[in-house]
Amino acid sequence: MENSPSYFHEFVQAAKGDLIVQPRMGFCAFSKMREGLSRVKNIEAATIGTITLDSFTRTGDFASAAKAIKNNSALNGYPIVSHGKARNQELIDGLIGTDFPIQVRHGCSKPEHIFKAIVETGIDASEGGPISYCFPYGKVPLKESIRSWQTCSEIFAAVEHKKYHLESFGGCMMGQLCPPSMLIAITVVEALFFKRFGIRSYSVSLTQGSNILQDIAALTALRLVGEKYLGPREDWHVVYYTFMGKFPETMNGARAIMRDSVVVAKAGQARRLIVKTVMEAHQIPTIDDNIEALELAHQDFHDPSTSLSQEIKPGMVEAIFEEADFLIDLLLNLDSKIEIAIDVAFKKGYWDVPFCLHPNNNNSALAKLNNEGFILWANAGKIPFPNHIIRNNFSKEKKLSSSELLMMLSFNQFKYDTFNQAETPVLQHVSC
Amino acid sequence: MKPRAVLTTIPSDSHNWNLIYMQLLLEENDFEVINLGACTTYEEVEQACLEFKPTVIVVSTVNGHGYLEGKTLIEKIRARPELADLPVYIGGKLSTDKNMSYLYSVELEQAGYSGVYPESRKTADFISELKALAKKAA
Ligand code: B12
Repeated sequence: MENSPSYFHEFVQAAKGDLIVQPRMGFCAFSKMREGLSRVKNIEAATIGTITLDSFTRTGDFASAAKAIKNNSALNGYPIVSHGKARNQELIDGLIGTDFPIQVRHGCSKPEHIFKAIVETGIDASEGGPISYCFPYGKVPLKESIRSWQTCSEIFAAVEHKKYHLESFGGCMMGQLCPPSMLIAITVVEALFFKRFGIRSYSVSLTQGSNILQDIAALTALRLVGEKYLGPREDWHVVYYTFMGKFPETMNGARAIMRDSVVVAKAGQARRLIVKTVMEAHQIPTIDDNIEALELAHQDFHDPSTSLSQEIKPGMVEAIFEEADFLIDLLLNLDSKIEIAIDVAFKKGYWDVPFCLHPNNNNSALAKLNNEGFILWANAGKIPFPNHIIRNNFSKEKKLSSSELLMMLSFNQFKYDTFNQAETPVLQHVSC
Repeated sequence: MKPRAVLTTIPSDSHNWNLIYMQLLLEENDFEVINLGACTTYEEVEQACLEFKPTVIVVSTVNGHGYLEGKTLIEKIRARPELADLPVYIGGKLSTDKNMSYLYSVELEQAGYSGVYPESRKTADFISELKALAKKAA
């Protein structure tokens, strides 16, 4: 392992011009996980392999994970800690390389065990962050997550000859219904956090929302905010996520939203896309489902009809940029140490993630969708936005009912499932 | 007095939206709701039952581990004599394989749940069942 190349970092550097596509894939059984990785490696598109971990490992319940391996029970991911070093090395043997990096995705707020397993296995990329792997993933206090993510960043940074890659998951808080400025602010601040603790290769993220024009504007704004705050351009890139919320249930509906995510990734110049599959609304996807999704994304990217011909409304990128810039600047001014500033920002409610039940989130800000699917602030809570931003964006809402909430959560599902009963070109439903 | 529901999930499940939705739905149907939030430990649930003396426990889980941890949870609850007869329901996406959902529902029911609602069953039917139960308790 000494002097082994930086697989992930070098692969991304070399793949310029193509959209790198990557699954979310994880199985409990060793043989299935290995088969999944090797099939992903062998498709034509530029792909990175993914090992998604199971919920027992995410929550530190290694005993239950070990029991599931022994009993051959199905889990929602690969229990990397419980399979152990020898098994893990066997898992990637002959597969990993600068032509096929592998990333571990795990949703864990205190991932020391996982990071040790990653390094020991010989993998050099993971995902997360002190906020984005804390708030949506349970009740571990933010402070503990921050401390742990500092340690984990340092574990990666300690290996001098190799650039380990960390991707911030900040672009996807709660999967849906979070205004893009908040997502951009979180992912960029997490990247600054990684940098501070020695990470030299990193990415910032954003997820597909529910209006293609807002999505492209947001992705463009993310790049610009990144350029303002982050280090040299060769150290980082932008990764896009196909919709992370309540997914269309029909195959055609799912494929259409997946295709629209490629449209956004292409127009907004993301370097990498993490795909979803037609099984998303239902259950853990099979290897075949994942392969289909990766091949489709690759084809869609090279299909000239996925190039957006429409103009984004003037001012839209600037408005999102300004909001995100305001939030980041506010946080950085709370303390010179970013790890303290993050904690203070949430404690004071200056930063607030709508609909997030985590005990350290203020949960007084609210978001809503308008008729066209734009995600807007419905109530700023204690976020001290300047007056002109408030005028452009907010309306005080009364308490939501369960059916109103479900309608908002199901906006994309309804839109794509209904629309795609008939065969119609993808971009026709875009409204300006 | 309003009927009271303790709303929970299983220890490994961090999904929020199902809990937020279920809380609103129960409140609209006149339940007072104690929402224990994501990733609840077995001890937290047992403690809440003893402390709040709920009319019913509602377990909502979607991460696919419900067939494992949902079972442990009900075994722990039923092992306490004072909770042996408490109505406890579970629903959501109970395993990672839809085709197994009927089998796992039967297993969970046999383990002690008063009712099991995999995705194939209607949430509206669950609510009518709860309302009938609340009426009886009143
Ligand atoms: C949003 C989302 C996330 C967000 C969650 C943010 C948050 N903290 O809430 C993020 C991105 C963080 C996330 C993470 C994970 N997720 Co997720 N997630 C989703 C997604 C896309 C939408 C869920 C949602 O919000 N639904 C909205 C609510 C209102 O609906 P609902 O949850 O389906 O509940 C309805 C019914 O099930 C029912 N119901 C629910 N509970 C109960 C209870 C009773 C008694 C009754 C009667 C009815 C009932 O009523 C609700 C309304 O109709 C779903 C897929 C989908 N549906 O499109 C996957 C999904 C649920 N996630 C899944 C998984 C596995 C995970 C992870 C483990 C990662 C992984 N390995 O893939 C982690 C969770 C980590 C952990 N510790 O558990 C899987 C579950 C697989 C399975 N069961 O086979 C799904 C199905 C995706 C998939 N196809 O793989 N996820």
